Amino acid sequence: MGTKVNLISGRTTVQGRNLDSKMSEEYFDEVARCDLNKADMEKLGVAADESVKVKTSHGEVIVKAKEDAGTPEGIAFMPMGPWANALVSGDTHGAGMPSYKGIDAEIEKTGDKVLHVKELMQTYMG
Amino acid sequence: MVEVTDVVCSLCGCVCDDIVVEVEDNKVTKVKRGACSVGKSKLMGHNRIKSPAIRVNGELKDCSYDEAIKKAAEILAASRRPLLYGWSSTVCEADKVGVELAEELGAVIDNTASVCHGPSVLAIQDVGLPSCTLGEVKNRADVIIYWGANPAEAHANHMKRYSYVSKGFWTEEGKKAKKLVVVDVRATKTSKMADVFLQLDQGKDYLVFSALRAILYGHEDVVPDEVGGVSKKDLLETAEMMKGAKFGATFFGMGVTHTGARQNNIVNAIQMTRAAHTHTKFTITPMRGHYNVAGINQVCTWETGFPFAVDLTRGYAWYNPGELSATDLLIRQECDAAMIIASDPGAHFPGESIKHLAKIPVIQIDPYPNPTTEFADVVFPVAVSGVEAEGNVYRMDNIPIRLRKLIDSEYPEDEEILKRILDEVRAIKEKEGK
Repeated sequence: MGTKVNLISGRTTVQGRNLDSKMSEEYFDEVARCDLNKADMEKLGVAADESVKVKTSHGEVIVKAKEDAGTPEGIAFMPMGPWANALVSGDTHGAGMPSYKGIDAEIEKTGDKVLHVKELMQTYMG
Repeated sequence: MVEVTDVVCSLCGCVCDDIVVEVEDNKVTKVKRGACSVGKSKLMGHNRIKSPAIRVNGELKDCSYDEAIKKAAEILAASRRPLLYGWSSTVCEADKVGVELAEELGAVIDNTASVCHGPSVLAIQDVGLPSCTLGEVKNRADVIIYWGANPAEAHANHMKRYSYVSKGFWTEEGKKAKKLVVVDVRATKTSKMADVFLQLDQGKDYLVFSALRAILYGHEDVVPDEVGGVSKKDLLETAEMMKGAKFGATFFGMGVTHTGARQNNIVNAIQMTRAAHTHTKFTITPMRGHYNVAGINQVCTWETGFPFAVDLTRGYAWYNPGELSATDLLIRQECDAAMIIASDPGAHFPGESIKHLAKIPVIQIDPYPNPTTEFADVVFPVAVSGVEAEGNVYRMDNIPIRLRKLIDSEYPEDEEILKRILDEVRAIKEKEGK
């Protein structure tokens, strides 16, 4: 049983620096991650850089956890990109805009490996 | 070595135009000043798509531009419902040909605004936008509000060049004589600089805009002790700061467009700005992301009458975001082919939409390999606008600026590829007697 969070996604400097270099290791290290408050990290029993599974009703993805004091308890922040978007619904509520923020998600500790960009994109094929 | 001044950055909507670089042996060897770390990274270059390619038995195989153009035109001409998407990281000259191609094909043309400031466009069409140029903000504004935006990371030069940290004609003291208000769910690098940080509950922006509107109109009595996680005391302090401004400027980002009430959040933000007008001068501006997303909205509007999500299958332009935006078309599995240019839906669309994109023939036009390349069936490498190609773009405040060419490219420009695909589509249609 995981911890329930409100998932949001957004830009970071390193993500922006690799906008045109998304197949790089630097992009992978920066974007395949999830920022959580210290209290939520403790609740999950994860340390920095340990894997967590983030699950919504639209998908699930494995990313590295990172502690961030600026992220309030109950909020999970993921840099915008393929990992966060695997969890986003395509429903735009008639506005053309998917809900990239404010997604009900569940997080749990896992030993599973984080998929690289190419591996993640493969999950959409076939 | 040649020093090039007044270089224009082709990364984000700030379109900084005071960059100095060094060029040697047809390479940008150094960014001397002006660019932020994100812009610098763009100017210095990244790994490129090396050759045009066509997917054969699941693998991209290198081919000639002629072969790729023939294949792309065949896919598009045979499609009953093509989607042409992207257009924000290229120049207006290419965008213009894109609209012509959409018209020729009877395609849906959409751009990255639909997953960025699309809701802002809808709100502006609804209630207008009391805005101004970034130059006005620099020279006049003494109260700056960033709402649902983190420019310290996403638009790193915005505060320095145009707002809180800049020094202008009537703001010669810079930030010493200015106030910064930041409204966000998270504490960020931007909120750390703020005089007032309103940390609201996620998705409660609409309520907080409403509370500030009420206070600005003199109805603080109806505002409860806490609204959306923000205390009434902080709201009153913010409203006082707004009222006391000589000139206020609000900038808002994806924190407001990506969630909850979407365009209604922006309508309320604009109405809050109107409420501030009962006291002083106040403006509001969306923090546009890509360097030319404002430009494709301009081009698409002057060519079709509408800024994004335009269907040209009827022989006239039909506009309906929520039905014709790329995400919606893909979720309904409606389009049977797509051309993706100057954007990366593989990275930035919801997984549910990517599933359909991965199933249909996809043509990609881009300088760089990215997640979209993983399922693209025809790939065109192109020159990097603003480094290897010139052209016009629109800054986030809709000021047109011309990108400069710094070095020669071995790759063709977006415009050339699009024109060649258009010619080939016309030739196919003529042959088929359509």
